[in-house]
Amino acid sequence: MLQITSIEKGIVIDHIPAGFGMKLFHYLKLDKADYTVALIINAFSKKMKRKDIIKINNVIDLDVNFLGLINPDITINIIEGESIARKVKLTAPEKVVNVIQCKNPRCVTSIEAYAEHVFHLVDPEKRSYRCDYCDDIVVPHAI
Amino acid sequence: MLKGRHLIDPSDFTREEFRELFDLAHQVVKNPEKFKRSCEGKILATLFYEPSTRTRFSFEAAMLRLGGSIIGFSEPNSSSVAKGESIADTIRTIECYADIAVMRHPKEGAPRVATQWLDTMPLINAGDGGHQHPTQTLTDILTVELLKGDVENRVYGFCGDLKFGRTVHSFIKFLSKYKGVKLILISPEELRVPEYIREEIIKKNNIPCIEADKMEPYMGEMDFLYMTRVQRERFFNEEDYIRLKDRFILDEEKMKFAGPETYILHPLPRVNEISIEVDKDPRAQYFQQAKNGMYVRMALILKLLGIH
Repeated sequence: MLQITSIEKGIVIDHIPAGFGMKLFHYLKLDKADYTVALIINAFSKKMKRKDIIKINNVIDLDVNFLGLINPDITINIIEGESIARKVKLTAPEKVVNVIQCKNPRCVTSIEAYAEHVFHLVDPEKRSYRCDYCDDIVVPHAI
Repeated sequence: MLKGRHLIDPSDFTREEFRELFDLAHQVVKNPEKFKRSCEGKILATLFYEPSTRTRFSFEAAMLRLGGSIIGFSEPNSSSVAKGESIADTIRTIECYADIAVMRHPKEGAPRVATQWLDTMPLINAGDGGHQHPTQTLTDILTVELLKGDVENRVYGFCGDLKFGRTVHSFIKFLSKYKGVKLILISPEELRVPEYIREEIIKKNNIPCIEADKMEPYMGEMDFLYMTRVQRERFFNEEDYIRLKDRFILDEEKMKFAGPETYILHPLPRVNEISIEVDKDPRAQYFQQAKNGMYVRMALILKLLGIH
C-alpha cells in the first residue's frame, strides 16, 4: 500500500471529491510551494468511495469561503505535533464575490468589465447560488 | 419614502410603497392637468440601448406632461456607447446632467450595475434583456385596478414566451406580494418561466400555479389573460424562433372560451399572437393599458423626485 508519511505541523484537506484535488492544488498555488506538499488522488473512503486528499507540511492561510463554496463537506484538519489539533467546519458562504462567473450569455457581467461577479446562496442543500444581476441559478461545483 | 430610490426590480419597493405610488397614479388618471407644472426645471435622461416605442415615448410624454424636460439617446450608436464606453462611465456622466434617468439595456442586470455608480440620481429599469421590466408591471397593475378594483383573489393567465418575457417575470414577482392569486402559465415547454421564478417566487410563496400548453380549457376561469410575443431578439437560433413564434394565437374563436369579464392584456408590441379582430372586443384592454403606462410613469417620476 502507498504510504504518505505524517506531517509534523500543517494542514490536511480531506474528503475532497475525487477528481477535484488537482484543481484545488493549483487554485491554492501549491505547485509553487517551497515546502512539502502531498496530493493523494482516488484514496479509498467509506463515505465517498473515492476521495482526494491534500497534505501541507506548513501553516498557510486558506480561503475557507472558497472551499465551502466548492463543497462544504471538505474537512480541514489543523495538524500540530503529528496529530489533529482542531478541525475547521466549512459552510457554504452566503455571498461570494469574484470567485465564480455567471454563465448566462445575456448577463451584464459578460460585457461590463467593472461589474463584480456577485452571487448569493439560495439553497444550502443543493448548494445553488443566484447571480445578483440576472438571477441565473448555478451550482458552483458543477462549473 | 420613495424619494431618491431606484426601481430596478419589483422587490425594490414594499407593498405599502407600491400602494402609495398607485394612489398617486389614480389621482393622475383622474386629473392629469393638476400635475402639469410639477416637474418644471427637472430633467429626465432616457438611456435606451435597445429599441422601444411605448416605454420610451411614455416616459418622455410623462415627463413633458409634468412640465419637465428630457435628454437621452434612443439607440446606443448615437452616443459614446458606440465608442465602447462602459455602463459605469455613461451613468456617472449622465448624473452630472439629469435629475432622474431611465435605462433599457439588452443585457440582464445592466441597470443594477449602473446603480452601483450613482450618488443621488434615481434610476428606473425600463427593461433589461429577458429579465425584468418593473414599470410595465406598474402599467399592468394600474390597469388591473382600474378594471377590477384590486389585485388580490384573482386568476392571472400568462401565455406565450414566459422564459424571456421580462414583463411576465416582473408581473409574477409583483403578484407574489398579494394573497389569493392563482397563476395559469401557458407556453411551449421550451419557453416556460425560468428556474428562479418557479423556485424562488412561485414555490417559495406557495402560489397556486398550473403550467399548460393549451389556453382554451383555462380561459373561462381567468380574470386576466396576459398575452406575450415570442421575441425574435432573445433567440440565438433563428430556427427555434420560427418553430415557436406562432404557437399561440388568440383569435375570435378562442375568445369564445373566455369569461364575460376575462380581460386581455398585452405589453405590446404584438406580432401575430393576438388577431386584429380581437381588438374590437371590449375585453381587449391592451391599448388602454398602454395609455395607463404614461399615467403611472408620471406618478413614479413624481415619487422618485420627492415631489409628491
